[in-house]
Amino acid sequence: MADEQKPEGPPAPPPKPGPAAGQPAKPAPPKPAAAPKPPAVMAATPWESELARDVKDQFGDAVTATSTYVGQSFIVTRPDAAVPVLDYLKLEAGFDYLVDITAVDWPKRAARFDLVYVVYSFPRNERVRIKTAIPESYQPATAVGVHLTANWLEREVFDMFGIVFAGHPDLRRILMPEDWQGYPLRKDYSIIQQDERWVRENLSIESGQ
Amino acid sequence: MPDSTFLDSTELVLNMGPQHPSTHGVLRVILKLDGEKVRGTDCIIGYLHRGVEKIAENRTWAQFNPYVDRMDYVAAVSNGLGYCLAVEKLLNVEAPPRAQAVRVILTELNRIASHLLWLGTHALDIGAITPVFYCLREREEALKIFENYCGARLTTHAFRIGGLQYEIYEGFEREVKTFCDMFLPKVDEYEELLTNNRIWVNRLKGVGVLNGEECKEYGVTGPMLRAAGVKWDLRKAQPYSGYEKYDFEIPTRQNGDTYDRYIVRMQEMRQAVRIMRQAVEGIPEGPIMGKVGKVIKPPVGEAYVSIEAPKGELGYYVVSDGGLQPYRVRVRPPSFVNLQALDKMVRGGLVADVVAVIGTLDIVLGEVDR
Repeated sequence: MADEQKPEGPPAPPPKPGPAAGQPAKPAPPKPAAAPKPPAVMAATPWESELARDVKDQFGDAVTATSTYVGQSFIVTRPDAAVPVLDYLKLEAGFDYLVDITAVDWPKRAARFDLVYVVYSFPRNERVRIKTAIPESYQPATAVGVHLTANWLEREVFDMFGIVFAGHPDLRRILMPEDWQGYPLRKDYSIIQQDERWVRENLSIESGQ
Repeated sequence: MPDSTFLDSTELVLNMGPQHPSTHGVLRVILKLDGEKVRGTDCIIGYLHRGVEKIAENRTWAQFNPYVDRMDYVAAVSNGLGYCLAVEKLLNVEAPPRAQAVRVILTELNRIASHLLWLGTHALDIGAITPVFYCLREREEALKIFENYCGARLTTHAFRIGGLQYEIYEGFEREVKTFCDMFLPKVDEYEELLTNNRIWVNRLKGVGVLNGEECKEYGVTGPMLRAAGVKWDLRKAQPYSGYEKYDFEIPTRQNGDTYDRYIVRMQEMRQAVRIMRQAVEGIPEGPIMGKVGKVIKPPVGEAYVSIEAPKGELGYYVVSDGGLQPYRVRVRPPSFVNLQALDKMVRGGLVADVVAVIGTLDIVLGEVDR
């Protein structure tokens, strides 16, 4: 037994350069082992709970995954199902507080943006995220009909990413000037980029940089 | 007679701000008035927009840490705590007990400093000149402790991802205890000036009412939610940084008006002292930094972590692509979300109450605009 374990032992103390046959090859393996270390996808695990099953039963194929990562649960839906899921969670499961709406830009993906809703339930003391991936041309439905607070949150997402929410009552820019061109939080918008025409006309300077 | 003169019109559009002393920064509110009645409002914000979330994507995880202090600059310690906790969640590390205790002390001290600035300026808006001097006097003592601890008074950068950079200084515990002993009688003093003051009560009672259901609908959190009778505080609901170890109350009131929010914030300052006293009594021995490498490189993933900041729920949604820089950092700012309820609170009220309501929202424009 002890002899069988020895071949596995040497890689840990490799400083001695090949006192035994076959040893010089050993220092190499750790390097390939280190290279594939960063996984390309998030190591999320399936989220098993009554709520997850209820949502799946209710929406069927429209809910593509219910997962959990670092102890936080999220539901991945088809783009058209995000707002119905919000509505369902609010009415049936007590998720009556929409914490946040935001987006993440993945320019290399076909469905470019991740739209993320964070909801919280006071009676359950539980927080859930709803995620949906949408292409650039897609206009997701507004959530203002479900949660009033979505109004400004969606305006900010529109302002920063250029995602147009269909049916939003007042979709104007909120943080940037109203006639600014471009959407700053997109990945192809450089950090020193600016709307030069706007800067010239409104600030009377050649450049804000 | 001409068909219509300006005297015929019943509505007047009035611009307030962005340079206006009672908007607490650069907030611009367009008011639609009928005589003294407010018929509608529109908030124009963004004057202080610095693109904090964009900056995050161009800095390393650790480099971005000081930037968060510049959002809610009167509660910089809370901002830093939220960000550190979020990245620690991604890294799956926890700050050691000693660091957690120091974090709690400094965060609660910052809650007091933030509430004091609110109280002073709010009272000033209403017309009570005196409290602001008292409030700034006590706030100074709190800021001195920050200065002694980390060299900065306002934008402190007090915490690091994984724990603390600095060990507490000689006499830290004594100074915190002295502050606690000194401060409680001062709260009585403020209350003596204001709580039963007839002008104060008349100006605040029944103004800017938001009930519990409306608060949830608008996502309003913090003292405003608790003043509306919802007993909810993230420090109790989802404890972080060891808050579960401390014994404290969540002050609530029922009416959800400006006066009740005042009472709730006053009570919160007393509770903050209570927490600090417990925390400073038994700061555990041990390391102040968790197992975090020199290079912070969280695995691919995302997390949403939120804390009870003085203004409400302050959340960080962080996304890592496994690189040295954050792929995305989204800040869920309590001031921004709470400000949205302004229209609901002032519509139908008097124009003079708009100032009282902006004060009671306790917004910091640096956080609204980011």
